[in-house]
Amino acid sequence: MDSGNIAWMLASTALVLFMTPGLAFFYGGMDRSRNVLNMLMMNFYCLLVIPLLWAAVGYSLSFSVTDHGIVGGFGLAMMRGINLTQESAPAALVKMIFLATFAAITPALISGAVAGRMKFSAWAIFVPVWSLLVYCPVTYWVAADNGWMKQMGALDFAGGTSIHVNAGIAALAAVLVLGKRKGWPREGAPPHSMPLVMLGTGILWFGWFGFNAGSQLGADGVTVQVFINTFLAASAAGLSWSVVERLRDGHFTNLGVASGIVAGLVAITPACGFVSTGSAMAIGAIAGVACCYAVLLKNRFLYDDALDVVGVHFVGGLVGSILIGLFSHPQFFGYPQGQGLGADGLLQVTPGLFFGGGLNLLGYQLVANGAAVLYSFIASFAIMKILDAVMGVRVSADDEQEGLDLTQHAETAYHSAERGLGRGI
Amino acid sequence: MKLITAIVKPFKLDDVKAALKGVGVEGLTVSEVQGFGRQGGHTETYRGSEYAIDFIPKIRIEAVVADGDVDRVCDAVVEGARTGKIGDGKVWVTEVTRMIRIRTGERDSDAI
Repeated sequence: MDSGNIAWMLASTALVLFMTPGLAFFYGGMDRSRNVLNMLMMNFYCLLVIPLLWAAVGYSLSFSVTDHGIVGGFGLAMMRGINLTQESAPAALVKMIFLATFAAITPALISGAVAGRMKFSAWAIFVPVWSLLVYCPVTYWVAADNGWMKQMGALDFAGGTSIHVNAGIAALAAVLVLGKRKGWPREGAPPHSMPLVMLGTGILWFGWFGFNAGSQLGADGVTVQVFINTFLAASAAGLSWSVVERLRDGHFTNLGVASGIVAGLVAITPACGFVSTGSAMAIGAIAGVACCYAVLLKNRFLYDDALDVVGVHFVGGLVGSILIGLFSHPQFFGYPQGQGLGADGLLQVTPGLFFGGGLNLLGYQLVANGAAVLYSFIASFAIMKILDAVMGVRVSADDEQEGLDLTQHAETAYHSAERGLGRGI
Repeated sequence: MKLITAIVKPFKLDDVKAALKGVGVEGLTVSEVQGFGRQGGHTETYRGSEYAIDFIPKIRIEAVVADGDVDRVCDAVVEGARTGKIGDGKVWVTEVTRMIRIRTGERDSDAI
């Protein structure tokens, strides 16, 4: 790997690492001031435990090729057998550490759904267990060389299925076990700090260039197009969500802009390396509209997805992943056409419906996402249920009332004499 | 001695402060409070859900004055704080039975 590629990959790794704190503030600002530190902690914690687990076994379980193809083996545990005298080592090492940031942020996504009532001790165990039992297998199916979804021809450039659909449906499973917050949906609090939310959104957008464009694992023409797609899908989605809100609710809101941007970024994540510019704009615009309505589902079906992880990440990821079936454009990129890896090790890409590929790719996307949803939901539900039986996952009603910052961490975000960035209510 | 307490709109604080200085009030205490009267709150919408925000931020001003100054000071507060629109606030007067300047030990009217 030449120095240009190495430099880009290391920069991308830092960009994606920055996304977890960005997510923390995005969620934290939306939550009540008495819970903001707990939200930040749930996210920062992922950056502590997951990268270590990933380097130790997670990367191997996700990418070390096995014959059975259900999950990886331990051949790459602690990157054993690799040292810097080997020419292929830098590429292998950089891939591992780059993807560690993905492994870290995926469980962090779930924190937004369980906000305000999950015991931190339960979260602390849920995160590594979920990462090993759910994240690693699904990642293998999507991204390993002989992962069955990849071989079937399903496409996922940066983790729409393995990250957003996966974590999104896991979030639903988690809140079904956890239960609704006290008083929800009748009582609720508005975001305690919209400035924090906007700050988090900006950081997420910035970091997402590493997330998507870094997934090319190098710096070339594809990387440029992925960067363009990521940028414009976010803009389109921020706009489309805002327009829907303006027409439906009466105002352009910052929360709408922030949510739309994130929805667009989520939706373009699986598609960014397979579609051209116009398609990226369309995918963003569609995702913005779809997710703007999807966040209302929780009121309809009465599940307390506190900060709309299901509405934005699950629905956004699913929409983007399915739309690849329409917009995939290998001719633009010069990809060989077909399914799975070719004999030369290059990924073969089926065109979408609008580019002459018929309904085949749509079919692969539906099957892959369907399988991921089924597995993730069942496994995540089971993990939460077992945790609940063993230690209880929910804080007491008194603790919930007093706030998680104080009761879980003995910290207060805003003392009465300081105004900080919140109103302290 | 009397305690003058005033609840006013936050952006009127400077005007009230200037008016009080104009009638010779040399010390006062200001705090940020929330409340509602006839003004009522407003509604905010976040991701399609509406939230009723009942409380409105206000500023509370407190000053202890000599009995003879009460009328003048109240007039100054009203003058400084009034906009004519709903939510201007209120002023009220309560009795102060004792006051001590901490640094010197001066008491009552010597402490004003």
